[in-house]
Amino acid sequence: MKQVKYRNSASKLLLLGTVFLFSLLNPVFAQEEAVSTEAAAVETAAGGDVAKGEALFKSLCAACHKRYKKMTGPALFGVTEKHDREWLYSWVKNSAAMIASGDAAAVAIWEEYNKTPMNAFPQLTNVDIDNILAYVMVPKAEPKVVTEDVGSKGGSDSGVSSNLVLAALALVFLMLVVVLFLVNKTLRSFAEANGVELSEAEARTPIWKAFVQNQFLVLVSAIFVLLASGYFVYGYFMQVGVDQGYMPIQPIHYSHKIHAGDNKIECKYCHSSARVSKHSGIPSLNVCMNCHKSISEVAEGTATADYSKEFYDGEIKKLYKAVGWDENSQSYTGETEPVKWVRIHNLPDFAYFNHSQHVSVAGIECQKCHGPVEEMEIMYQHAPLTMGWCINCHRETNVKMEGNEYYDKIHKELSKKYGVDKLTAAQMGGLECGKCHY
Amino acid sequence: MKNSLNIIVVAIMMISIVSCKKDSKPNYQYMPNMYEPVGYETYGQYGVFPGGQEAMLPAEGSVPRGWMPYDYKNAPEGYHMAKDSLRNPIRYTKSNEENGKALYDIYCAICHGEKGDGKGTLVKREKILGVPSYDDVGRAITEGSIYHVMYYGINSMGSYASQTNENERWQIVQYVQKLKADLEGKPTRIDTDVVSVKVEETAHSATEENHDNAH
Repeated sequence: MKQVKYRNSASKLLLLGTVFLFSLLNPVFAQEEAVSTEAAAVETAAGGDVAKGEALFKSLCAACHKRYKKMTGPALFGVTEKHDREWLYSWVKNSAAMIASGDAAAVAIWEEYNKTPMNAFPQLTNVDIDNILAYVMVPKAEPKVVTEDVGSKGGSDSGVSSNLVLAALALVFLMLVVVLFLVNKTLRSFAEANGVELSEAEARTPIWKAFVQNQFLVLVSAIFVLLASGYFVYGYFMQVGVDQGYMPIQPIHYSHKIHAGDNKIECKYCHSSARVSKHSGIPSLNVCMNCHKSISEVAEGTATADYSKEFYDGEIKKLYKAVGWDENSQSYTGETEPVKWVRIHNLPDFAYFNHSQHVSVAGIECQKCHGPVEEMEIMYQHAPLTMGWCINCHRETNVKMEGNEYYDKIHKELSKKYGVDKLTAAQMGGLECGKCHY
Repeated sequence: MKNSLNIIVVAIMMISIVSCKKDSKPNYQYMPNMYEPVGYETYGQYGVFPGGQEAMLPAEGSVPRGWMPYDYKNAPEGYHMAKDSLRNPIRYTKSNEENGKALYDIYCAICHGEKGDGKGTLVKREKILGVPSYDDVGRAITEGSIYHVMYYGINSMGSYASQTNENERWQIVQYVQKLKADLEGKPTRIDTDVVSVKVEETAHSATEENHDNAH
C-alpha cells in the first residue's frame, strides 16, 4: 500500500535533482521594488502635499478613480485643467447638490458616466482636496526600462558565473583522472626499469561462472529477484487509477499561490459552494470579476523568474475575453465564451463524497485533503483519494461534537459504549460501506 | 565490463520510462465502466452540450428553490429606496451574528478588513484601493443599503448574490452593523426574544433549500 505514495519517487528524485541544478544556474533575484513612488520626485507640485494627497486618494478616491485610466469614474490626471478649483471643491464635497442646482459641467459629467452619483465627501477640507489634486496631477512615470535592464543583466551575469564554477569543477575532475592515469603509467615504467616484477593477476574462474556453479546462491538470488519484482509489480498495480500528482494544463494559468498564498484570499471566497453543497464548484467568472474589475494587471513584485508580468497580464486578458469585459469602456460587451477548466479531483462514480459535510459540519481545513494549495503555482492533486486514505482519516479524526445539540444523546451513548471522551468518525459509523457506496 | 554496460543501459531505459510518465494526463483505470457515471458528471465534457461542457448557465428564467424576488432596482433610485426603507427581516441574535462573522471573514474582510475599517489584506497590499470604512459619513450606510450593495454590487464592488443566499446576506448585514457600531463607539444591537428560536429554524431550512439547489 505504501508503495502507491511513492510510485513516482524516482522521477521526483530526478526532478528534484534538476531543480537543484537549475537553482544553481538561476539564482533568484529579489527584484528590487522601485521604492520611490513618483511622489518623491515631484515633491510639492501644484501647491499641495503630494504624500498626504496620495494617502487620501488611496483611501477615499481610488475605489472609483485611477489617475491615468478610466474606472467607475473618469481618469483624474489633468482634471485641474478642465475645471477650476472652486468648482472642484464643491464637486468633491457634494456633487449631488451641484447636479441638482443645474450646473452645466456637473450635469454633463453625470450624464457621461451613466448617472452614477459620486459619493459626497463633506469631511474633506479645501486643503485636503488641494493635496489630492496635487497627487492626481503628478505625471505618469516613464516605465523603468533602464533599471530592469540592469537587473536582468545581473541575472545572466551570475548565471554565467555559476556555469563557470561548474565548468571549472568538471575540468578539475578531468585533470585528476588524467593525472591518475599518468601516475600509474610512470610508476609502471619505473617498476619495469628497476626490474621489479609486477604480480600479474592469475587467471581465475570468472565470477559469473562461479555464481552459476554455486546452486545455493542461485536459489537465494532467484528468490530475492522474484520477491523484489513482485514488490514492484504490486506497487505498479496499486497505483493504477490513482491520480495523485495529476497536474493538467488549465486554459487560464490561475495561480493559487498568488491568490490564496500571497493575498490570503479565503478558499471559500471563490469555492463558495463547498460550504453548502456536495461539490466545491469552480467559481463562475463573476467571482473573478469581483476583484479583477479593478485589478487589470499584476504588480511588478508579482512577477517571478518563471512567469513574467507580461505573462500574468496576458492571463488576466484571457479572463476579460471570456467574461466579455471591455477595459476601455469599463462595461460588459455581452460576448462571452466558456473557460474550459480541467477538473482535477474526481472520485469514481461508486464513491459518494460531500464537501459541505466535511467543510461546514466537520470544519476540516481545505488543506487537509488538498495539500498546500496556497503554495501551488499550478494546481495538482495532493492526496491519493484512495479508499485507504479516506478510512485512515476517519479512524484518526475526532468528530466535532460541540454546538450540535440534536445529536447530544447519541454522542453520549456512543461515548459510553466505546469508553472514550472523543469519538472518531469511524466510531460513529464512518467505516460502514453504505456511508459512501450506495 | 560488458555486463556492467548492459546494466547501465537497462538502468537508463528504466529511468527514462519512469521520467516519461506525464502528470498532465490522468492515470490509467481498472474497469473504467465502474468509474464513470451513467449520468453527466459535474464539469464533465460531453458532446451533447453547447460548447461541449456540462457546466452551463441555468435556463433563462429559472429560479433557485427558496429564492424570493428582490424588488429594489439596480440603480441609484433603488439604492436610495433600499437605504431608506429596507429593513433586516431576521432577528439580531448572537448566533446570527456569529454566522455573519464567519461569512464576513470569508467574503468581505479581504477588502473591508476584519474591523470594517477598509483595511483588508488586499488594501494593505495595494491591490484594491479606496475601500471605505463603515463609519464613512458621506456614505452613511444603513441595513437596507448594505443589503442592496451586497445584492447588486456598487461601482468597483461586485455582486455577492451568487456566493450567498438571502438569509446569509442578512446575517452579514447584522455583523456589518455591529462593526459599524464598534467603529462609531455605539452599543451593538442584540434582540433578545423567545421568537429568535423559531427564526433560527427557518433560517436553517432556508440554507438547506439553497444547498439542495446548488447540486
